[in-house]
Amino acid sequence: MPDATSGPAWERRLLLGLLLAPALLWLFALIVLPQIDLALLSFRERVAPREYVASLAQYRTFFAEPLYWHVFVRTAVMSLAATLATLLIAFPVAWTIAKLLRGRLSALLFVVCLIPFWVSETVRTLGWMILLRESGVLPALLAHLGVTAAPVELLYHDATILVGLVYTSLLFMVVPLVSSLESLDNSLIEAAYDLGGSGWSILREIVIPHAAPGITAGCIVVFMLMLGNYLTPTLLGGKSSQWFTEQIYTQFIVRFNWEQGAAFGFLLLALSTSMVWLGLKLSGQRFGDVMRRT
Amino acid sequence: MSAAGTGQDAATHDLDVRGAVKRFADHVAVDQLSFSVARGSFFSILGPSGCGKTTLLRMIAGFIQPDDGEILIGGRSMAGVGPNRRPVNMVFQQLALFPMMSVGDNVAFGLARRGVARAERLRRAQAMLERVGLGGAARKKVDELSGGQRQRVAIARSLVLEPTLLLLDEPLGALDLKLREHMKIELKQLQAAFGTTFVYITHDQSEALVLSDHVGVMNRGRFEQQGTPQQLYYEPATPFVAGFVGANNRIVGRATGVAGAIVSITSEQGWLIRARSATAIAAGTAVEAFVRPEVAVLARAAADLPAGQPAHGGEVESLLFDGANSAVLLRERQSRVEFRIALPQTGQFADLRVGEPIHFSFDPARAVCFPAGVAHA
Repeated sequence: MPDATSGPAWERRLLLGLLLAPALLWLFALIVLPQIDLALLSFRERVAPREYVASLAQYRTFFAEPLYWHVFVRTAVMSLAATLATLLIAFPVAWTIAKLLRGRLSALLFVVCLIPFWVSETVRTLGWMILLRESGVLPALLAHLGVTAAPVELLYHDATILVGLVYTSLLFMVVPLVSSLESLDNSLIEAAYDLGGSGWSILREIVIPHAAPGITAGCIVVFMLMLGNYLTPTLLGGKSSQWFTEQIYTQFIVRFNWEQGAAFGFLLLALSTSMVWLGLKLSGQRFGDVMRRT
Repeated sequence: MSAAGTGQDAATHDLDVRGAVKRFADHVAVDQLSFSVARGSFFSILGPSGCGKTTLLRMIAGFIQPDDGEILIGGRSMAGVGPNRRPVNMVFQQLALFPMMSVGDNVAFGLARRGVARAERLRRAQAMLERVGLGGAARKKVDELSGGQRQRVAIARSLVLEPTLLLLDEPLGALDLKLREHMKIELKQLQAAFGTTFVYITHDQSEALVLSDHVGVMNRGRFEQQGTPQQLYYEPATPFVAGFVGANNRIVGRATGVAGAIVSITSEQGWLIRARSATAIAAGTAVEAFVRPEVAVLARAAADLPAGQPAHGGEVESLLFDGANSAVLLRERQSRVEFRIALPQTGQFADLRVGEPIHFSFDPARAVCFPAGVAHA
């Protein structure tokens, strides 16, 4: 293979272009083009059969209709809560893998976190349904133990959706956390301890600042996955899930209102982009640093 | 130990280690070790890697609990006291400065943990940085400093807490030779200026000799010898110390005659020498003798050798030029035993050639011999 760093400049540029071509083609054809088309769709209104005019009507509908608003905010807040819960659960797991266990045990725990992801998300979520539905394993157990008088329905609650979301995205938080904690030199922790630090102050002053890019990376990925998740809220939340992706699905597939669906899609994109931007600002991280950790 | 005894120690000793033991799965890292370090002194623990010196230091710092024995710091037992509550601070081998903080925040870290108010701790950190010659560095990031400057920040970060004891874990190991020589002098000056008790571990005998008031030479979890650098160098107590501290010619043989303190030794290759015995040696026992390169005297003619010393002859094998540390490596004429002699600074032997026959002698009282293999067993 020719060395990409030698030869005339145009030759090098051509080689670089050829190497990047498949990725660029994929990006352009499957992401950029449809997005442009959706953007155009979202900014028009049907005035008569097969007759469209440019307008902001789709966005106006969103702001005028309280249901859409409500679902939008609810999706954002629940995703945020679930992201925080994932971080709180994943951090001790990642700490154990990166710092407390060595060699085989550490690898084993990592595999234990990974194994559920060998099964498709649908099957995993159906597994939760078997456990949680009224005639399922957990309500029966609770009734048997006398905690509840009769089996109760554990599906279709907000808490159930949160549990499902956390479970689905745990790995995506654990991986960047493990890699950022592994790179933390143990002697820094010892030095902080030696200088009088307590467990809490070391966590706050040394561990979290060091792991910040990993934490931010994990939170961004997990938040995006939750915001765009369709299956888990629909199956575990049922009719009461009220997830924004369902609204988009309804507009496109049920109501055949592509214009409205496209506008909703863009609103979701704007939401996730602004949340990522806000997250980076609040944690003082640079996008490039964070993305290298994912 | 009586209460009065403890009080007595507290007045003069900052560190007392009494019968400390640490076992790991397959070996004893620290074996029944006892020693004291006088207040305000510079104490070094010198030993090869794997001798247990790092384990010992980590026990003093509190990162490892001893299996047996007691550690007292400033006269107070440290049993059950965590590293963050001991009046001890440590300078780590890789320094372990916090890269996420400025230099000033690094130095102020310990003060913040003690609840010193922000303005006050910044003032004290700044004052400490000025004392180590880094007055303008408080706002810099750690990675903007040179190796020597980081070294000073690491020491300042510990000393700002005014510890009873400062532990240093081979802090010069990562520096290049030139800087290491410079930092040696600086460390000694810092210790003198602050008057804090330093406990320093190293495998580099030159660092230990130059810096310390007292040195403990450690091997296999025990101290082979404790003493001033001069004592270790001139009066080694064991073959290990003789071999480890400073350069030495080692000659293995058998005692063939004993006349008072002077033992006649026939080496395995049949070279007859005489040396002072460090302990009682009976004729016929296996011995190892040590002769320092600077103890032996060279001469072109046997008549020029000092009178009264046994004369030896040999041939120059190679010349080892190293400025003031230049030496000649020769082989004794009959036995072909290799022997190293320091070249005098007079330039008298500057024209020495490889293969040239040469005469040499040494004072048997300044050579030392031990029963072989006793301390090594």
